[in-house]
Amino acid sequence: MHHIVPLRVYFTIFAALIVLTGTTVWAAFQDFGVMNDVVAMAIAITKATLVVLFFMHVRYSDRLTQLIVSTGILFLMILFVFTMADPLTRGWLPLPRP
Amino acid sequence: MQAQESRTNYLNANYGIRSWLLTVDHKRIGLLYLGSVTFFFIIGGLFAGAIRLELLTPAGDLVESDTYNKLFTMHGIIMVFFFLIPSIPSVLGNFLIPIMIGARDLAFPRLNLLSWYIYLVGSSFTLYAMVTGGVDTGWTFYTPFSTSMSNTNVIPTALGIFINGFSSILTGLNFIVTIHRMRAPGLTWFRLPLFVWAHYATSLIMVLGTPVLAITIIMVGLERGFHLGIFDPALGGDPLLFQHLFWFYSHPAVYIMILPSMGVISEVITCFSRKRIFGYEFVAISSLAIAALGFLVWAHHMFVTGMSVYAAMIFSFLSFAVAIPSAVKVFNWTATLFKGSVSFEAPMIYALGFIGLFTIGGLTGLFLSSLGVDVHVTDTYFVVAHFHYIMVGGAIMGYMAGLHFWWPKISGRLYPEVWARIAAVIIFLGFNLTFFPQFVLGYMGMPRRYHAYPDEFQVLNVMSTAGASILGVGYLLPLIYFAWSMRYGPIASSNPWRAAGLEWQTPSPPPTENFEVTPIVTQEAYTYPVQEVTVG
Amino acid sequence: MANAIATAHEHAHQHQFDDAEQQHSASSLGMWIFLAQEIMFFGGLFLAYLAYRTAYPHAFVTASHHLDVQLGTINTAVLITSSLTMALAVHSAQLGKQRLLLVFLVATLVLGGIFLGIKSVEYSHKFHEGLIPGPFFSVVSGDSGQQQLFFSLYFAMTGMHALHMIIGFVAILFLIVYTLRGKYTAAYNTPVELFGLYWHFVDIVWIFLFPLLYLFGRH
Repeated sequence: MHHIVPLRVYFTIFAALIVLTGTTVWAAFQDFGVMNDVVAMAIAITKATLVVLFFMHVRYSDRLTQLIVSTGILFLMILFVFTMADPLTRGWLPLPRP
Repeated sequence: MQAQESRTNYLNANYGIRSWLLTVDHKRIGLLYLGSVTFFFIIGGLFAGAIRLELLTPAGDLVESDTYNKLFTMHGIIMVFFFLIPSIPSVLGNFLIPIMIGARDLAFPRLNLLSWYIYLVGSSFTLYAMVTGGVDTGWTFYTPFSTSMSNTNVIPTALGIFINGFSSILTGLNFIVTIHRMRAPGLTWFRLPLFVWAHYATSLIMVLGTPVLAITIIMVGLERGFHLGIFDPALGGDPLLFQHLFWFYSHPAVYIMILPSMGVISEVITCFSRKRIFGYEFVAISSLAIAALGFLVWAHHMFVTGMSVYAAMIFSFLSFAVAIPSAVKVFNWTATLFKGSVSFEAPMIYALGFIGLFTIGGLTGLFLSSLGVDVHVTDTYFVVAHFHYIMVGGAIMGYMAGLHFWWPKISGRLYPEVWARIAAVIIFLGFNLTFFPQFVLGYMGMPRRYHAYPDEFQVLNVMSTAGASILGVGYLLPLIYFAWSMRYGPIASSNPWRAAGLEWQTPSPPPTENFEVTPIVTQEAYTYPVQEVTVG
Repeated sequence: MANAIATAHEHAHQHQFDDAEQQHSASSLGMWIFLAQEIMFFGGLFLAYLAYRTAYPHAFVTASHHLDVQLGTINTAVLITSSLTMALAVHSAQLGKQRLLLVFLVATLVLGGIFLGIKSVEYSHKFHEGLIPGPFFSVVSGDSGQQQLFFSLYFAMTGMHALHMIIGFVAILFLIVYTLRGKYTAAYNTPVELFGLYWHFVDIVWIFLFPLLYLFGRH
């Protein structure tokens, strides 16, 4: 049940996280146009995924744990997407607004 | 039906106030909740009584409009957050889930007790806010009124609801873990009682929805108390964002109220039809479907707020979609009755009442989810009638059905059947007389949340108030005869209804550890013998 | 929560469980469900950020320039390191190395303290620059209100994150006390493991807060 992760894995992930932090700071000062946001979020998601999979052992966990993590993320996306569907499309209809 | 005084059970295992206040027995904690939610039901009921009394006459003569605002606000807050949401899960769910799955207790008994104390702390804050002047924002706390205009006790009330939310989250967490990890040998998912399925779905909503309300309340508190203007239109903030966040929880919260009730109904209908439920898998999965779809419909509370019409169309469509799993349940209950040997004990009368009232509540919900009709009846008594058909006609009927059905198990005594049937019929009639006229009133255009109204609405309002007093009597009767039966009721056998289910295989009241030996389950739920003589 | 878990195990397993294995899997599941709940809790704040940043991109870029990228980067590195020490603490506990466990728990506590120290320096800078939303907000420009929204969210989000760290501190202190008493062995170390999950979660929240608050619109 207790999967012992080799120390090498922890240090590799740590190094990756630090490198990615440096990368995201560096990237923030480059002008990629709209891609700046995409790059920053892609790096953040990568970092979070590394932490979840290795530091939090989800890669070695049972299906139920993985299901709970996915459910949490799914409902977060529901909250974001369905709420933003309103302000993003509010101006589509040319109605007079107060 | 031999006397069983000599046997040790959870009630007489030890005595004294400490043995109750520090108990980690899920059954005793269920009873602690029973006491507390009953208290809040009475308080909320008194507010309802005051509202109906004011509306007896067209003139706003009994209370000032400001007082009236506080009355309906506090009625809503007490009933929603401190009665309906904890009612069935915390009382019956707490008591029954471990027994139904053949476990000795919930997975985290101390966390369970902590939930009750959190509930007490939260409700104390809200009670404090009420006795020191009340709150007038409506139970919805819409900004910017709640953040910058209302000069009533918004923060203590909201804090009470925030704290109480953790009670709900921890209860849900406890149920999910218990159902996953503590089932008796042989009790596979599709052998679980539907009551357990319903609570599993409810728990998902509690865990995934409640935290969003919590953070929303924090944002309102920060804005009101510390001028962090998150929803303030003066800064460019969007009050509709508050409504999105609020309803993201508060619409699914309706399913927190109704799903456990549906679980009760599935148990009661099968027992008193003496038949296995029709389409077990569909009823089970429809609970999960309601929980999931319930998260996708919240903005139908906001159709007239100026939100995007395109988003509104999506939410309208999805609101219709929730009707599908709800209808699956109603059809399957009806099909279960078909050719069953139906008998009309009190729990069954409540259950049949539930089916009728929930159907009316659900169908009028379809009116409200269609964009055009919703514009006509938003903020009228039509809406009030609709959600009372769901919350009172649905959720409370289910709660009463469950209380009666499992009362012999909980107390070890039988309640007086004749009185119970009378009360059930009174409640059904009183309920309809109270709320059906409100559909008509709302359709005619009477707005909600005003203490005065034009003369032509009086006849229907008098009917409604008359119904409310009948309903009040109906709720008072069980309070009296349950109290009576605790001392004088005939001793109940372990299975007075001859019902299927593990909870009926252990003595009434159950021993502290629920079962002498862990049961091994070898068959499906609701294996009622097809040919059986009806119980009188 | 963490407190209840930390103190919940007097015996090999509690009476409601059949064995220690069932108890461990139940506790672990409970912690994950708690974290799912935490995702939704922070989700509300992130949604507010998303909505207003979409609506007022320009004001948000201007406002975020008041934040100190250098301190933010250092803090990110500090917190990631504390996540590493926490992971190593769990590792030591699983191998029954009580001394190492103690060392790594204390290291995690210290690193968390450094993070909050730097955070409070930042807060006091904002205070002196008049960037606290409300009547004393000192930015005078056409989009002053929208910049206030940014700072409202900045304080709400980082404040809620800091509160979670403070709760974490209390839990670590409990873990340290129980470690000193020799409670955690190779056979039983569930509280350390579960607290590790919580701590990593708090780290993940910061991993998103850092680019969203400090880095957007720097070029």
